[in-house]
Amino acid sequence: MEYNPFSLKGKKLLITGASSGIGRATAVECSRLGASVVLTGRREDELNNTLALIEDASYAHHTYVVADLALEEDRSRLVKELPQIDGAVLNAGISKMAPIQFITEQSLEDLFKVNTFAPILLMRQLLKAKRLSRGASVVFTSSISGFSNTAIGLAEYGASKSALTSYMKYAALELAQKGIRCNAVHPGRIETPLIALKQISDEDLRQDQARYPLGRYGRPEEVAWAIAYLLSDAAAWVTGSSLVIDGGRSLK
Amino acid sequence: MEIQEFIEKIAEQYEDANADTLTPDTEFRQVDNYSSLTALMILSIIDEEYNVTLNGDDMRKVKTIQELFDLVNSRI
Repeated sequence: MEYNPFSLKGKKLLITGASSGIGRATAVECSRLGASVVLTGRREDELNNTLALIEDASYAHHTYVVADLALEEDRSRLVKELPQIDGAVLNAGISKMAPIQFITEQSLEDLFKVNTFAPILLMRQLLKAKRLSRGASVVFTSSISGFSNTAIGLAEYGASKSALTSYMKYAALELAQKGIRCNAVHPGRIETPLIALKQISDEDLRQDQARYPLGRYGRPEEVAWAIAYLLSDAAAWVTGSSLVIDGGRSLK
Repeated sequence: MEIQEFIEKIAEQYEDANADTLTPDTEFRQVDNYSSLTALMILSIIDEEYNVTLNGDDMRKVKTIQELFDLVNSRI
C-alpha cells in the first residue's frame, strides 16, 4: 500500500475560478492526487479546457458549473447542483491597480463584490445547504498584498484580500466545532492572466521580478500544491492559518 | 481637447509641478519627484478624464507631454 498523507483520494472538491490560473492548476493537481473536482467559472470554453488537462481516473468524476459568483442567483444555482463536498477552494478573484486618489465607490463595489462578498456569501449558502462534510477543508486564495506586502496602486486589491483573510479566521473559529477547517494561501505574483495587467510596462515587470529573492514569479502549480496540502488529511490540525507562497518577496 | 487643459491635469499628479512649469516640450519623466507612482497617477487621470486606457508600454514609447497628448488624442 502506498504511503501518502498528502493524498486527496476519495475527496470531492469545489474549485472556483477554475477557468484559468491558480484555479486551473489546482484542479489539475488535486485530480492527480486522487480527488474528484467540481469546477466553476464564468467561461464555459475555458472550463472545458481545464477539464481537458485533468487526467481522468476510473474512480473519479469531474464536472463543471458555469456561474458568475458575484450574482446571488448563480451562487444559489451552483450550490443546488453540488454534491456533498470534502473541500472547497474559494479562489475566484480579480485585480486592478489604482492610486488611492482614484478609488471610487463604484470601483470598490466591483472589486469587493467578487473578491470578498462572493466567497463569504457562497460560504453562507454552502453551510445552509449542508454541502460541506464534517472534516471538510476550505481554502481561500488571498494574496501577499495587504498581508505581508504593500505595493503602490494595490490599496483596493490589498484591502479586499485582507478582508477575506480576516473573514477566514472567523470562519475557522466558528466552524471548528463542525470539524470544518478554513485556511488561506497568500501568493506573491504568479504567472497567470491576472498579472497581464498592462498598466505595468515590460521593463517594470522585469524590475519587479528582481525584487523576489528567488528571482522569479511563481507558477500556478506552486500555489496549487500549497492548496492541496491544506485540503489533505496531512493538514488535519491546521486551521485559521495563512501560507505565504511568494519566493521570499515579503522578506524585502 | 486642448493641450493646456491636458497640461493642467498632468501637473496635478506631480508633487511640486504646476501648469506654469510644464510645457508641451517637457519630458514628463524628467520632472522632479517623478516616480512609478506618478506614472500610475498619470495613467489614472487620463483614464478618468478622457476615458482612454493607456498601459505601461504605451507610456514607455512617449517622452514629452506633447507626445503623450497626441497619443491620448489618437485613442479618443
